[in-house]
Amino acid sequence: MQALASVSDKLLFATIVVYALAMLCFAGEQAARRARAVPARVLVGAGAPLLSKDQPGVRPAAPRGGIGRLAVVLTAGGAVVHLVTLVLRGIAAGRPPWGNMYEFSVSVAFVAVAAFLYLVADGRVDRSLGAFVMVPVVLYLGLAGTVLYTPVGPLVPALDSYWLKIHVAAAVMASGAFLLSGVVALLYLTRARYDEQTAAGRTVRFPLSLGGSLPAASSLDRASYSVIAFAFPVWTFAIIAGAIWAEAAWGRYWGWDPKETWSFITWVLYAGYLHARATAGWKGRKAAWVAVAAACALIIDYYVVNIFVVGLHSYA
Amino acid sequence: MTSLQEGPVQDAAGLSTQPAEVGAPVRGSFVAPYRRAWRQLTSMRTALLLLFLLALGSVPGGFLPQRALAPQRVKEYYSAHPSLAPVLDRLSLFDVFASPWFAAVYLLLFVSLIGCIVPRTRLHAKALRTPPPKVPHTLSRLRASDRWETDLSPQDAVAAARAALPRWRRVVREVSGSAELSAEKGYLRETGNLLFHVSLVVLLVGIALGGLYGFKGTVLVTEGSGFADAIINYDDITPGRRFTQDGLAPFHFTLDDFHATYTAAGAARTFEADLTWAPGPDAPTRPYRLRVNHPLEAGGGAKVYLVGHGYAPHVVVKDPKGNVALDQSVPCLPQNPKFLSNCTIKVPDAEPDQMAFEGVFTPTTVQDPKTGQVTSVHPAAALPVLTVVGYRGDLGVDAGIPRSVFSLEGTDRLTKVDAPPQGLRPGETWKMPGGGSITYAGTDEWATFQVTQDPGKVLALYASAGMVLGLLLSLFVRRRRVWVRAVPGGADGRTVVEAGGLSRTDAESFANEFGALTERLRDRTGGPAPSPTLPEKDG
Repeated sequence: MQALASVSDKLLFATIVVYALAMLCFAGEQAARRARAVPARVLVGAGAPLLSKDQPGVRPAAPRGGIGRLAVVLTAGGAVVHLVTLVLRGIAAGRPPWGNMYEFSVSVAFVAVAAFLYLVADGRVDRSLGAFVMVPVVLYLGLAGTVLYTPVGPLVPALDSYWLKIHVAAAVMASGAFLLSGVVALLYLTRARYDEQTAAGRTVRFPLSLGGSLPAASSLDRASYSVIAFAFPVWTFAIIAGAIWAEAAWGRYWGWDPKETWSFITWVLYAGYLHARATAGWKGRKAAWVAVAAACALIIDYYVVNIFVVGLHSYA
Repeated sequence: MTSLQEGPVQDAAGLSTQPAEVGAPVRGSFVAPYRRAWRQLTSMRTALLLLFLLALGSVPGGFLPQRALAPQRVKEYYSAHPSLAPVLDRLSLFDVFASPWFAAVYLLLFVSLIGCIVPRTRLHAKALRTPPPKVPHTLSRLRASDRWETDLSPQDAVAAARAALPRWRRVVREVSGSAELSAEKGYLRETGNLLFHVSLVVLLVGIALGGLYGFKGTVLVTEGSGFADAIINYDDITPGRRFTQDGLAPFHFTLDDFHATYTAAGAARTFEADLTWAPGPDAPTRPYRLRVNHPLEAGGGAKVYLVGHGYAPHVVVKDPKGNVALDQSVPCLPQNPKFLSNCTIKVPDAEPDQMAFEGVFTPTTVQDPKTGQVTSVHPAAALPVLTVVGYRGDLGVDAGIPRSVFSLEGTDRLTKVDAPPQGLRPGETWKMPGGGSITYAGTDEWATFQVTQDPGKVLALYASAGMVLGLLLSLFVRRRRVWVRAVPGGADGRTVVEAGGLSRTDAESFANEFGALTERLRDRTGGPAPSPTLPEKDG
């Protein structure tokens, strides 16, 4: 069993390496795209006549489908290694691999990557988002593997429950999707601000200039919404499953324990996002800020509370 | 409900709680300002604001210690921040979730919610009885539209289209030679939306029932002792405001044995309490193994949980006259994860003076060879030692002032027996200078039990299920309309078929659905020649 656990640890490292490579390929595709976009804009801005496509020397490179596709393939390959990491960890521990913060984080990152791949395959988001999604994923897994790392071990008695497995599985699913939606919402805000600035004729500087290589604001907004629309009922269910478990373990289904309180805040903020998106004057940027705030509440819920606040959930 | 026919297609989340139809303003009437205030309160903007206030208001509850959960930590906060704490306390920030301002926010939110649910339910009921609306004048102006010609008559073409939309709510209208079909689907979206919001209200009712009529009590029971459910037998109770003693379940139990297992590193693995219990005084007793996550359903809606445990060394104390003044297991309070525990032993029956002992119980004992200090290195009782110092004098228990059994605090008329702390292993006796003795006879364990009754629990559970179901419907069902109009006047006397569709949400996937739909309609209506029987397809 210990051998399996150590294989799992090595595979986590391999996952991070493959994701990092994918990230570089995504970034390479981005760079190539910007290199194509920039001279065209400069020339148009200078009042030059419209360029024909086959005019030599102006368009520096043909569209590099290859490197972007490679990036997606690497991400998918990385996700497979990621999944094996989790499965081996689970076998080594003799329980689902979400019993402590390390395992939870690795599982959440897997859901985020899987959700991203699904959205790309479904054509709902452009793969050019890859660089922006993989950077936080790589950092996150790196943190999980170093700061949060916990050797494989059994659970404390309160955690040994059927409902717990369901509760945490749902929380992992929802958290992964919410974190992804948070990234997409930030990209939407970047793109929307970029559009606003360029429309006003102002020059944009880094990091806002990244907005130029992002998909259209409306498609980012829709992608962020569809991920949240998926995750919100799952999060609701996670909280309910947690309440059922709490009722069996602690004798009450809700007690405003810090973890419960932050789950509640997260839930209310996402509910606010869904309503904001349907309210005049709140659509678009304001709603996206609500989604970002909600993702922050989620991060507080499950790192700040676990590490800094004393409560019933501070065992992991 | 705003009409689907006009205006740009809204990409709304469709979770709006805004009533779309409000009564005409009554100008000059004295109800007008109230009506305006009501409309303001039930508006979406207000609901949104209240939602954000609810989240913001919960934040201090997530960071500051809360009295209901950890009163000790509130006290610690007071001593750490003596000037800030009273200010926070005045703002109820240590009791956020019981504070008047928090209640104000959620009650306003629920009033606003009910103010939306009622008119929307009425509108939805009406929509369910109303056939889909007439075909708009120019279908080609819709985002999803199509047009083709067929040899079928307008009536047959529309009948074929109708048959191609089997699970839609449909109505066919005929207008001077042409025929029109209006079809609508996805009513469950609004049903789900309403279900979700009604469930929220039911959930609040369930929580309120638990708060009013519920009960929570904790009690410490040592191995071999028992407990019967009565207010006076609890160490600590939190009854609901409307809870009465008659509401207690009549069960009783005895703690026969408690056992815990630990990993080598000292982490807890299992806790088990073997009980003998009965749901009432006359009922036959039965055994139950109470574990964490497996509470005892003790009848009458009461549940018994295992919430804590510790050691209770069994001591026998003899007074200087040689009489056995105490022979019982004394619960000691654990101070750290290795179960180093503080013990206070009071012997009021000792004569001529009362006696007391303060001590430390260490289950797996290690003693520092230099200082003589004892510590525990593992929570299991592998090498237990009870280390005590003795006192004589007046315990003050006869004065009628309640005193903690876990402390000698407030008893200043005791004199310490002049001897160093005595480490006793099981079976060992310390003969005290000046007479009297204490024997550490053996080690028992104690467990704390929490008894809860929550009559609103089941309602809250049903409401939660309703919430999830309602959410799924309202987020994933799409309300959409499809219209088909068939008019004569195509080339060679053929019939022109126009189709158009609208979806309030998710325009992209509706475009796909509409594409597939028109393909099917074309298939069924655009055949090369009119045929007496329409080609029927599966599905």
